[in-house]
Amino acid sequence: MKIHEYQAKELFRAYHIPVPEGRAAFSAEEAKEIASGLGGFPVVVKAQIHAGGRGKGGGVKLAFSMDEVEALSKSILGMTLVTHQTGPQGRLVKKLLIEAGQKIKKELYLSLLVDRATASVVIMASRDGGMNIEEVAEKTPERIIKVHVDPLMGIQGYQLRQVGFGLALPPAAMKAFSGLLSNLYAFFMAHDCSLVEINPLILTADDRVLALDAKVDFDSNALYRHKDLLALRDLDEEDPQEIEASKYSLNYINLDGNVGNIVNGAGLAMATMDIIKNAGASPANFMDVGGGASSEQVENAFRIILADDKVKAILINIFGGILRCDVFARGVVEAARKTGVNIPVVVRMEGTNVDEGKKILKDAGLNLISALDIADAAEKIAAAVR
Amino acid sequence: MSIFVSKDTRVLVQGITGNEGSFHARQCLAYGTRIVAGVTPGKGGQKMDEVPVFNTVQEAVKATGATASLIFVPPAFGADAIMEAADAGVKLIVTITEGIPILDMVKVKKFLAPRSCRLIGPNCPGIITPDECKIGIMPGIIHKKGHIGVVSRSGTLTYEVVDQLTKNGMGQSTCIGIGGDPVNGTHFIDVLKAFQEDDETQGIVMVGEIGGSAEEDAAAYIKAHLTKPVVGFIAGLTAPPGRRMGHAGAIISGSGGTAAAKIAAFRENGIHVCENLGRIGRICKDVFSG
Repeated sequence: MKIHEYQAKELFRAYHIPVPEGRAAFSAEEAKEIASGLGGFPVVVKAQIHAGGRGKGGGVKLAFSMDEVEALSKSILGMTLVTHQTGPQGRLVKKLLIEAGQKIKKELYLSLLVDRATASVVIMASRDGGMNIEEVAEKTPERIIKVHVDPLMGIQGYQLRQVGFGLALPPAAMKAFSGLLSNLYAFFMAHDCSLVEINPLILTADDRVLALDAKVDFDSNALYRHKDLLALRDLDEEDPQEIEASKYSLNYINLDGNVGNIVNGAGLAMATMDIIKNAGASPANFMDVGGGASSEQVENAFRIILADDKVKAILINIFGGILRCDVFARGVVEAARKTGVNIPVVVRMEGTNVDEGKKILKDAGLNLISALDIADAAEKIAAAVR
Repeated sequence: MSIFVSKDTRVLVQGITGNEGSFHARQCLAYGTRIVAGVTPGKGGQKMDEVPVFNTVQEAVKATGATASLIFVPPAFGADAIMEAADAGVKLIVTITEGIPILDMVKVKKFLAPRSCRLIGPNCPGIITPDECKIGIMPGIIHKKGHIGVVSRSGTLTYEVVDQLTKNGMGQSTCIGIGGDPVNGTHFIDVLKAFQEDDETQGIVMVGEIGGSAEEDAAAYIKAHLTKPVVGFIAGLTAPPGRRMGHAGAIISGSGGTAAAKIAAFRENGIHVCENLGRIGRICKDVFSG
């Protein structure tokens, strides 16, 4: 689960991780009020959306007077911000972060994440802050510092020094940096983060270290033990159909093609999307109803996809294991009765109780196109939208 | 021969009295798996059908000599259940549970490192040696005894592949789902090594998906160490970057973990790539009979 920069910085403050003074604003009036409390200019006006590249997209500006704070806040609030991470449709800006501007001596990079290959938390740091870290890693891998932390031991003093000296920090800043990194690790572990990224981490003109940006992602599987964090979820940043699907524990992602699809199991769902594309059509979504879906879940999955205007046909691909084909078929019939189906639906079912499932669909008198196997299903769905 | 499990494997089920646990324990028993014990804290002394239930894994192992465990506990208790099994000396721990927090798994991996046990999963369908032993949730009926080893990060996608193998006349030596989580126990390379050493296995199907670099690592290993033919499939060519595709581990982060990169690594290392799932059975037939 992603959160906003201003939320991340509030959490940082509680962990004594230094951040610039500032707060979130939801109107130009509020922005001015916050700016007047910062004790000087420049003031930074930052758009708050769940996507990177905000600066380049025009969502981060410096204000040198109260009039500028007002003008910039008015222009950024309500703008549709397009960055490399938002897609061409962009994201509507509804909140700002108003912060005190800083005198920057150096921009650095610092992040913590779970490294899959070594199954450990890894600290990544670089002197090349403010840049795309992937590019740095590719072009100048020697400029990336990587330190793996043993989760049973926690972060050690020598590791803090490895990172601090690796960043070539001045001696005056070393102690503050060690504290920052040590607290950041504690924060990461205590909140079940999957990523914490500070880009840039800055060294100020007076040798303080400060998190100028803050990106935090929590492990959704661990949210059950962090009920307080759930309040930080911002539904404005999510697709309404995806929110609806999540109510029924359906794994659904809205895409831009025209073939809706319902599949059980994530791997098979991805492979089904691929096969739709391979046949010359384009998937409108990813929908995994899960290994042990109930009839009710299937019904809701079908309803959500039918409500999607861009969907011109639906491919159902079920390999019954835990999810029995008869249970699935009942869900489809129920949904079709309630919503009505006026687009072609191709059904391919295999596995547990497949004959019973097929019979239920047939007896319901629904106008379904049945497919022999996955290759046949792909051809039939492509023909249906051609 | 087969890998990791055989008809002699003695299995206990953690979470045997729950809905999922009891359902699948019965399915495994019906398949012929020697389920010798169940564990549910507080229900020791009861029975699930004919299977004795114990309070702790330690008691169950002592009383029944179980060497493998099948775990169905809820995700909040997943890490604890794995560590309990390892501590009791269980050699093979198959964890079906989906949704175990990743930092729990990071700690579990460190806990397991000095112990001589194998973890399969979590978030996986389990392992099956057809006609001998099924420790997992896969439909037994689609499998057939034979000489193809199957290893996969997925569940139902594996069933699809196995079904096509069987329908094209190719039985399986052992099929293993290693799970869809970013941090898991057994990796592709562990399984590939075992298949290479197994006399029964003549060909291998490897099913990967987007996220991480396990497929790339496995591809390099295959070129360096395997003499048996390998057919590879990767799911997620059409997956958008930055989105988690159902499995916790199926995500393209930045430019890493794409299906295209994995397929390229397969090709570079002599793996026969199947790009269309509908044809994987026939492609395997061509490759393995050639």
